[in-house]
Amino acid sequence: MKVYKYGDNVDTDVIIPARYLNAPDEKSLASHCMEDIDASFASTVEAGDLIVAGSNFGCGSSREHAPLSIKACGVKCVIAKSFARIFYRNAINIGFPIMECPEAAEAIQPGSAVTVDFASGLIKDETTGKTWQAAPFPEFVNGIIENGGLLNSLKARGAAK
Amino acid sequence: MGMTMTQKILAKHAGLASVSAGQLIEGRLDLVLGNDITTPVAITEFDKAGLTQVFDKEKIAIVLDHYTPCKDIKAAQLCAAARSFAQRFSITHFYDVGQMGVEHALIPEKGLAAPGEAIIGADSHTCTYGALGAFSTGVGSTDMAAGMATGLSWFKVPSAIKVTLTGKLRPYVSGKDVILHLIGTIGVDGALYKSLEFTGDGVAELEMDDRFTICNMAIEAGAKNGIFPVDGRTRAYLDGRVARPWEAVEADPDAEYDSEVVINLSELEPTVALPHLPSNTRPVSAVAGTPIQQVVIGSCTNGRLKDLREAAAILKGKTVASGVRCIVIPATQAIYLQAMEEGLIQTFIEAGAAVSTPTCGPCLGGHMGVLADGERAIATTNRNFVGRMGPVSSEIILASPAVAAASAITGSVTDPCSFS
Repeated sequence: MKVYKYGDNVDTDVIIPARYLNAPDEKSLASHCMEDIDASFASTVEAGDLIVAGSNFGCGSSREHAPLSIKACGVKCVIAKSFARIFYRNAINIGFPIMECPEAAEAIQPGSAVTVDFASGLIKDETTGKTWQAAPFPEFVNGIIENGGLLNSLKARGAAK
Repeated sequence: MGMTMTQKILAKHAGLASVSAGQLIEGRLDLVLGNDITTPVAITEFDKAGLTQVFDKEKIAIVLDHYTPCKDIKAAQLCAAARSFAQRFSITHFYDVGQMGVEHALIPEKGLAAPGEAIIGADSHTCTYGALGAFSTGVGSTDMAAGMATGLSWFKVPSAIKVTLTGKLRPYVSGKDVILHLIGTIGVDGALYKSLEFTGDGVAELEMDDRFTICNMAIEAGAKNGIFPVDGRTRAYLDGRVARPWEAVEADPDAEYDSEVVINLSELEPTVALPHLPSNTRPVSAVAGTPIQQVVIGSCTNGRLKDLREAAAILKGKTVASGVRCIVIPATQAIYLQAMEEGLIQTFIEAGAAVSTPTCGPCLGGHMGVLADGERAIATTNRNFVGRMGPVSSEIILASPAVAAASAITGSVTDPCSFS
């Protein structure tokens, strides 16, 4: 488990550059993930790794390809000081875990061993022993995540046919 | 407690008497929009979930504008998927090459957005239609799929920043300078999760094309939406475009705002945003002389008729500097035609600019003007992020059409006021 740490305003153009949006399959998106901010990311990331970032993570374009590419890399979760709103709802809608916690995002360093509990919102740095509490999701949002994404949750209650 | 314009529209669409900031609601949609990049992902999700019906074929718009006319085989496959979906459900408002335009110029032009309506689009600049007094916001492809299937979307009711405009813009200063100034003031996350609600005596001084530009870039301050009140200029724009009934909303006198920003339009100068954030703004006079190799005049931000007129007024009888590529992209076919009738296209071509059929192309580094290593463009587009128009070493300076046109003539960032 590794931590990749980035600063503020990581935009969707660096998460997945538009020149790769003409091939929206998961494998292709994963192979170019974070390419314009961290050229070694896609070749070094492993399932279960974490991304920790500053404020306004995922700003810019509405491309759902951005959370899809991070998810397809096997990243377990993104912890940030704050998320841009479209990225935030895209992550929820595709069932990809994100946690908003400014203190944890500040303190966690590359090389830390971090465990997260999505149900409780608890984040723990196993290296330093520090713990933080992320803002819990509203019940409505938990419903989307528990159903495995927005479309499944709409189908489950008969709203979509 | 009073409601903002945005809150009133959301309350009505959720069937509630009132809503308050932070509340989660499900709202009825008047339009669901997608483009050639986002629609294919929505279709994949739509099909994966086994959905077989759309809520209303009249209330879905699909516009093939980003990589079109198709730049490569992969882009062509995406367009083919969108085309096939549109045929399968007899989508009324499907716009392909020949009819299409840059979506956020096209949707208002076709009368598909009206005051008081609630609109989502799988494109972040969907916030543009707030210029007409609508609630409109960008979402992702899964939201688009859900919206197409149900006609519903979930929203967290936003709080708002009140942006009070006073005074009147000076010559060579436009809506682009207003929004760049605002983003420079509050930052790229200054309005995160919030509405930007424009008000004040200065609103009446702004033409519709300026208001579209301002709302278009609300997202660049992190906002959920930007919105203007409806006035005579709005009604004149809607006349002949929107036949269905619509209802304008006004903010309650006791509506609560998180903060207020006052902008005296009379004091604004032509403004640019330097690499690599839209908030990195300077008066153009402070960075005049910075060399550029490419100029792009167009996009959903600044590809409208007023933009082309302002650029042509400066380029008339002049020549694009040696070593500079100037690319002009009218945002829709109707704008292109009108620009041709007014002689603007001739002015551009005679000046040595390339004029393209409508496309988002260079704005996102798709095609029609991609940069090389170390090159710098001045563009009337909306984002100057790292790698947006080319390799990570390329740079974009965001500017108004007047600044971009003046810079095309000199080959460096130029204040149109001093130039003329």
